[in-house]
Amino acid sequence: MKPAPFRYAAPRSIEELLALKAEHGDDAKFLAGGQSLIPTMNFRLAQPAVLLDLNTLPDQNFIVETSSGGVRIGALVRHSDIETSETIARSHPLAHEAIRFVAHPQIRNRGTLCGNLAHADPASEMPAVMLALGGRFHARSAVSDRWIDASDFFLSIFTTALEENEMLCEVEMPPLPPGSGTCFLEVSRRPGDFAMMGVATVVSLDEAGRCAEARIAYCSAGETPLLAPGVVASLAGEEPDETALLNAARQAAEEIDPPGNVHLTSAYQKHLVAVLTGRALRTAFARANTNASQ
Amino acid sequence: MTAATNRYFGSPVLRNEDAPLLTGAAMFVDDIDFSDMLHVAFLRSPHAHARIEKIDTTATQKCDGVVAVFTADDLGAFWAPSPLVVPPPPIEDLVFNQRTQTPLARDVVRYVGEPVALVVAENRYLAEDALDRIVVDYDPLPVAAELEPSAQVDAPMVHDVRGNVAAEVRQVKGDYNLAKNNADVVIARRFLYEHGLAQPIETRGIVARWDTKAEHLSVWAATQTPTSLHGGLAQLMGLGSHQIRVVAPFVGGGFGSKLLMYYPEELMVPWAARELGSSLKWIEDRSEHFVATSQERGQIHDAEIAVSQDGKILGLKDVFLHDNGAYNPYGLTVPINSQCAVLGPYVVPAYDSSFKAIFTNKPIVAPFRGAGRQHGVFVIERLLDIAARQLGIDRVEIRRRNLIPSDAFPYKNGIMFQDFTELQYDSGNYLPILERTLEIIGYESFVRDEQPILRAEGKCVGIGVVCYVEGTGIGPYEGAKVQVDPSGRVHVATGIGTQGQSHFTSFAQIAADLLGVAVDEVDVTTGDTDQFGWGAGTFASRGAVVAGNAVHEACSAVREKILNLAAEHFECSSQQLSIENGAVQTLDRPDQSITIGELAVLANPMRGAVKPGTEPGLQATRYFGPEAGTTASGAHAMIVEVDRETMMVKILKYVVVHDCGTPINPMVVEGQIHGGVAQGIGNAFYEKVMYDDAGQIMNATLADYLIPTSMDVPVIELDHIETPSTMNPLGIKGVGEAGAIPVAPAFAQAVEDALGIAEGGSEILEIPLSPNRLWELAEGGTQ
Amino acid sequence: MLEELVTVSTVVNGKHYRRIVEPRLLLSDFIRHDLGLTGTHVGCEHGVCGACTILVDEKPVRACLMFAPQADGHAIETIEGLAEENGELHPLQEAFRDKHGLQCGFCTPGILMTMKAFIAQHPAATEGEIREALSGNLCRCTGYQNIVEAVKLAVSRIGGSS
Repeated sequence: MKPAPFRYAAPRSIEELLALKAEHGDDAKFLAGGQSLIPTMNFRLAQPAVLLDLNTLPDQNFIVETSSGGVRIGALVRHSDIETSETIARSHPLAHEAIRFVAHPQIRNRGTLCGNLAHADPASEMPAVMLALGGRFHARSAVSDRWIDASDFFLSIFTTALEENEMLCEVEMPPLPPGSGTCFLEVSRRPGDFAMMGVATVVSLDEAGRCAEARIAYCSAGETPLLAPGVVASLAGEEPDETALLNAARQAAEEIDPPGNVHLTSAYQKHLVAVLTGRALRTAFARANTNASQ
Repeated sequence: MTAATNRYFGSPVLRNEDAPLLTGAAMFVDDIDFSDMLHVAFLRSPHAHARIEKIDTTATQKCDGVVAVFTADDLGAFWAPSPLVVPPPPIEDLVFNQRTQTPLARDVVRYVGEPVALVVAENRYLAEDALDRIVVDYDPLPVAAELEPSAQVDAPMVHDVRGNVAAEVRQVKGDYNLAKNNADVVIARRFLYEHGLAQPIETRGIVARWDTKAEHLSVWAATQTPTSLHGGLAQLMGLGSHQIRVVAPFVGGGFGSKLLMYYPEELMVPWAARELGSSLKWIEDRSEHFVATSQERGQIHDAEIAVSQDGKILGLKDVFLHDNGAYNPYGLTVPINSQCAVLGPYVVPAYDSSFKAIFTNKPIVAPFRGAGRQHGVFVIERLLDIAARQLGIDRVEIRRRNLIPSDAFPYKNGIMFQDFTELQYDSGNYLPILERTLEIIGYESFVRDEQPILRAEGKCVGIGVVCYVEGTGIGPYEGAKVQVDPSGRVHVATGIGTQGQSHFTSFAQIAADLLGVAVDEVDVTTGDTDQFGWGAGTFASRGAVVAGNAVHEACSAVREKILNLAAEHFECSSQQLSIENGAVQTLDRPDQSITIGELAVLANPMRGAVKPGTEPGLQATRYFGPEAGTTASGAHAMIVEVDRETMMVKILKYVVVHDCGTPINPMVVEGQIHGGVAQGIGNAFYEKVMYDDAGQIMNATLADYLIPTSMDVPVIELDHIETPSTMNPLGIKGVGEAGAIPVAPAFAQAVEDALGIAEGGSEILEIPLSPNRLWELAEGGTQ
Repeated sequence: MLEELVTVSTVVNGKHYRRIVEPRLLLSDFIRHDLGLTGTHVGCEHGVCGACTILVDEKPVRACLMFAPQADGHAIETIEGLAEENGELHPLQEAFRDKHGLQCGFCTPGILMTMKAFIAQHPAATEGEIREALSGNLCRCTGYQNIVEAVKLAVSRIGGSS
């Protein structure tokens, strides 16, 4: 399983990288971690004529807190960097919790967050996390520079809002609302496998102990990570007791229609949606409770 | 003759072979390199069934680094259906339609992955580039994909046989109809059992080198059967056996997939090497392994058990279909094993078993660790569970009541086994195995105390206990040549190969005991036909038994030579001599000793005369051919916890009590069982190869075909009972496959118990399972 | 700027190498065939089995999921570098022998390199942590039990306890 031939560049600046991409367009692919791209190339499912290697770019592995308490993450930040980042553990425990479900340490040592997001595998964990967090994606090309909201970023399987010559050069996780509780849960056949179903949720409580805000996103549930506004609506202003959670779970199973695949029936996936929604919300609200009282 | 020590035999001796393996120095087939080496890639059919209208290779001429491209038309007389590796046993009225594969497909392809052309290039990358430039015009034909539809009389024909009948076999003992009439209860069920792919971490591979000047072919292959490959190549390539050397270097696991099949690749690479006068290498990649290498797959059993009110088996009847795949070079080993395994360790007075092996447009089905026994064990163990439930008998108790009693050995089963002899269990003691298993797993206290408590806490826990026997150590024979070198080191050569079974140590243990040396003073060569060219190979849990006994015979002969020569040398009786620390000592004169190395020199004189009827040197070659296999046995038990919502299963406790006779090295035996159980867990809950209607594999990557990881395999608690084999002087039985065989029915029983679904009418009648499938069964859904 | 051949300068087991290669050459093939270090094995070429695991800048990675040019300027450690120069085995290697943690040995180099990095980071790793850390390496022979025992033994020996 050897890849087809390609021409290769390892530019020393982003400008150079973007210029090369503009020059070669669709014939060129970015190589960051390579943990998704290289297997597809080894299978010869992808045969890019040109590979533009990001790994020699300087200054791209930053994890930086913003003034508002968010975090900006650069293009060469590896999944393992996120796993060991004290900043992210403190400010975005959802990401810290989810990252350990991404494949295995050997993959996490190379794979980049931005690369994973740009690859947009609907079964990947971090796209759902970014969606739940309401993250923002910084896209640059030789001629453009813009930010895209997570809710606008994932369009379809392996398809994002990135235009032909754009590169995802960083992402921003906005600050979590004060007193939030988060939870990432996943069920997979073996550790590190793609999720049969995964859910990322951020919730917060008001002073009366009722749900103030909630965001909940699913992976392996459709062609992209999916939000569940109906579930959110069902929780708004409610005390998150077992009835509310059961209700939310039921709502989720109605709202989310997983397609099934060669391994799983959609009925079973739908069942997992309900199960994981209840479990994740229960944990997230409990954590919100703890955080609120601190 | 003074007796040999038992210093090593039966001890957990650390392995001789570990140093090179631990340091990366061990040579596997892909590690071999020659300066003139070229690399091979195969073009494989993308269709499960199609006519080949035309193959156009002209575009490859423009490809960089391509040296040659071959198709079937280039092969001349070499293109022919391959010989049958394993003929079917002489069972009365057996129908066997031999249809074997050819070195490359011509006119028709019959499974996705069947090789159509071969490219030779400077490296594998360039070879694969060239594959993309070959244009083949296929005319797709209707596909016989799924087993049962393929058996219909009007199904698309894989060959020229209506109903795709590869074989029809019926074996009968006693009178089942009479048993059925006399039964208090008859239970009939349909069982669906699929076993999977071997997936050794090292795929197949072969290096072949033709020396034009010497007219000699050297082959290094990741094979379990180097001597058989040697014989096959000699025959097919029209070469003398002295003109070929086949070496199986270190091999990274086999589990059946690296047996001689006359795989196209193992014929084409040597042929092409001779054609080009060069050295060639082909290494199977993982993608290829899913289509190019033999696999096991499914059987459909319509089985029934006739029992008396107290749970005694009066008779069994089984009619099953076996998915054969597109060709049948390996004969009927797998389904006949299934047929025999249904009898289990039980007294079965009447048995009527018939099967049809069905051609399908899928890769060849040939043994994968267990080799069809899994299917049969599942049938009998599940029937007993169901009978127990219906009769209100504890499912362990029903087994007790049917186990063959310990005074009934050798026990004749009345039907024929894969080795052409009547299925006979030479020795065994099944009840203590079961009782010990129950003791270790804590069956009584679990069922009576722990389970109800955990259930009251809302936990979903269950226990499963199953029994099995395994025919091991079959013939035809193996051999060994043993020689003492002037250095005092001992060399043992045998024809079987090693794929992790620790032969370099276990055979050394035998030799070291007999020849009075340290175990690491014995060098073992397995799988080099220049060193030893006779034998069958490593399969069917026979390596240690058959080759081990041959080593023993040969070492005994050398021991005798040593002592006789030393006796002559010291002018005393050999009764007064012992061999210790590599030297022969006289018992009453400790100052008088001679090393075996010195004796080896004396045995090979430059002057004088070697006596008629004797041989020079301290060497002997001996063979061991067991009359029949020897029967290992055991019981497995497990406790599981099921997450009732997600249906994820955790194995909390796993116990194996087994009997493989007298173990040469208990450490090695335990390792074999651990590995077997892991594969059994894979079979039960993770590994399923999935095909669509067009015969395409849908999960041909290791991300989609799920091999158990360290988190999926529990700690396995082991105990042993020993009933020595009566089929060989060492009393040993095989153990290679035992761990893998009964796991699935134990799993099914435990999970069924945990979920309590059988009471609700949802029985587990299929393997493999998955969380998805358990959820459907629990919901009362159907497939 | 686009190259059809690339120069790779890398340090492997402390030794400098410089080669000119096609950029598509997988690092696993580069190590095995260009450098002749065949102890790193290839099992799947899609990053799942872990047999090809090596250390790059002291971190375990799949050699089959890197192109050789990506090793330029980096330090690699393979199984050949695990034992001392004088042949003295690493405690992991000794423990694997003592606990029968290998059978066919094909997956072993990848596991040893993974575990070397793991126990350096987790010198007091528990059995459960060890078992989890192994989950990215497939073994088809051992059922993992003796591998876990071997790593436990290595941890205790390195830690100095008996």
